[in-house]
Amino acid sequence: MPLTSADFAAIWLTLQLASLTTVILLIVGTPIALWLAHTRSRLRGPIGAIVALPLVLPPTVIGFYLLLAMGPHGYVGQFTQYLGLGTLTFSFAGLVIGSVIYSMPFVVQPLQNAFTAIGPRPLEVAATLRANPWDTFFTVVLPLARPGFITAAILGFAHTVGEFGVVLMIGGNIPEKTRVVSVQIYDHVEALEYAQAHWLAGAMVVFSFLVLLALYSSRKAQTSWS
Amino acid sequence: MTSQINLRLQHSYSGFALDLDLQLPGKGVTALYGHSGSGKTTCLRCIAGLERASQAYVQINNEVWQDSQRGHFVPVHQRALGYIFQEASLFPHLSVRANLEFGLKRIARQQRRVDLAHATELLGISHLLERAPHNLSGGERQRVGIARALLTSPGLLLMDEPLAALDSQRKGEILPYLERLHAELDIPVLYVSHSQDEVARLADHIVLLSEGKVLASGTIGETLARLDLPLARGDDAGVVIEGKVCDYNLNYQLLTLQLPGSTQRLRVAHASMAIGQRLRVKVQARDISLSLTPAEHSSILNSLRVTVVSETAADNQAHVLIRLDADGTALLARITRYSRDQLGLCVGQTLWAQIKAVAVLA
Repeated sequence: MPLTSADFAAIWLTLQLASLTTVILLIVGTPIALWLAHTRSRLRGPIGAIVALPLVLPPTVIGFYLLLAMGPHGYVGQFTQYLGLGTLTFSFAGLVIGSVIYSMPFVVQPLQNAFTAIGPRPLEVAATLRANPWDTFFTVVLPLARPGFITAAILGFAHTVGEFGVVLMIGGNIPEKTRVVSVQIYDHVEALEYAQAHWLAGAMVVFSFLVLLALYSSRKAQTSWS
Repeated sequence: MTSQINLRLQHSYSGFALDLDLQLPGKGVTALYGHSGSGKTTCLRCIAGLERASQAYVQINNEVWQDSQRGHFVPVHQRALGYIFQEASLFPHLSVRANLEFGLKRIARQQRRVDLAHATELLGISHLLERAPHNLSGGERQRVGIARALLTSPGLLLMDEPLAALDSQRKGEILPYLERLHAELDIPVLYVSHSQDEVARLADHIVLLSEGKVLASGTIGETLARLDLPLARGDDAGVVIEGKVCDYNLNYQLLTLQLPGSTQRLRVAHASMAIGQRLRVKVQARDISLSLTPAEHSSILNSLRVTVVSETAADNQAHVLIRLDADGTALLARITRYSRDQLGLCVGQTLWAQIKAVAVLA
């Protein structure tokens, strides 16, 4: 048996984290992307830049600030303690929050591009055909932006799976709570268990390749009706 | 006056100001005519609510859509309007049928006055229903767009240069449908255009816009003949006359039209029409020549007895424009200044207008 039960626990935790993060990001990212695509507000630039920050910042920087914020003396930490939830650091919930911030640009940007490509016209047409804004979103925007949603979901999921620095900073290395695949590989290498590390690392390479293959193949097929 | 459109719009954006106050008839086709940048599209968008004018009062046949003084603004999707964009803007993810039904299924059953069969027949698209929008020609797409708007049974149809994106052949393909719309449905239409031909063919009323302001607003027959407007000085200046068919010569295929309120007649080459029907023709100012005596032995068919009303300089220095009256029907003639002096034309004088060509509009 090449993979240990600890490895499987790490894989299971990683999949849970990535799935939950992706779902949250699609829900949170859609209104942000819609706003960024259609607003004429002066805040468009700053908000867009903030959303894109995780693209350029080292994950340790994001992790560091999150650690401070969610720790017992941070604003978030004090708030969660006030609610009787304790602190979010070194917990699965903390990892989800960190991942949402860390993977945000990978979801918001494809969505924003898709909404920008649709343009204001179909929305205006729908309004003149008596569709209210919610109706328009579900019957016009969502179907037209479907390729963008698929790309966003795949990228958000895959990027969260590949997360390491943020996890280590705010989650540490607690089995079945915060020890995801990337951390598990790190542990194996530290312990000089290269064979174990090979199996997990190889699985990550194959997984990432398959995800990107699916993404790029579907992109070609989708451009045909636009 | 129950059926009327009242508009007061003040709207500024990027160095351009729209400022107008208009009372328009609540039926028939009203053209908003002007050069690009005159504010006609913005005006239409403000009426629809796609753009929110800062100061506005928009009232369409007893319904107030916007009254900025009371902070009243009906959202676009709650306004009973149909909007035709320059490009058909069909939903690419829906079939033609689903596009047509998009608006139809969003209005209450008891408010539906146009059904799918009627709209598709009216615009000649019954055979296209199962197609995808990208498999249609530009003209077909625009016809689907018009039918889609009609199917919401609008109380007002707003058309923003619906033919501008089409080549002349496609335009010719759609115009008859627009005329049928006009004739068969009792929906007031605001039609934005910069084409005098389209306006002459379709409009009953015309609003002339320039730099966000109203230059003139009036019936098409009267407004096109006004010498104080830039329309009259242009190269394709002319008047629109709606005559009543009073005779048809089968042998020569000539239709005789009686001028409104007059016994004078115009003959035009045209297919047979029933006596009493109305036909709209355009007479270009450059196609009229003036003579002091009725022409005899001439190939020119039409010679009307007219009086000189006024004159003005044309854009071209060599020409003058003469406004004529033929028993209440206004005509414009563009002649050389030389001819004017040779004939010794003066206001009130009676003479004969020979019309070289009459273009049938509808």
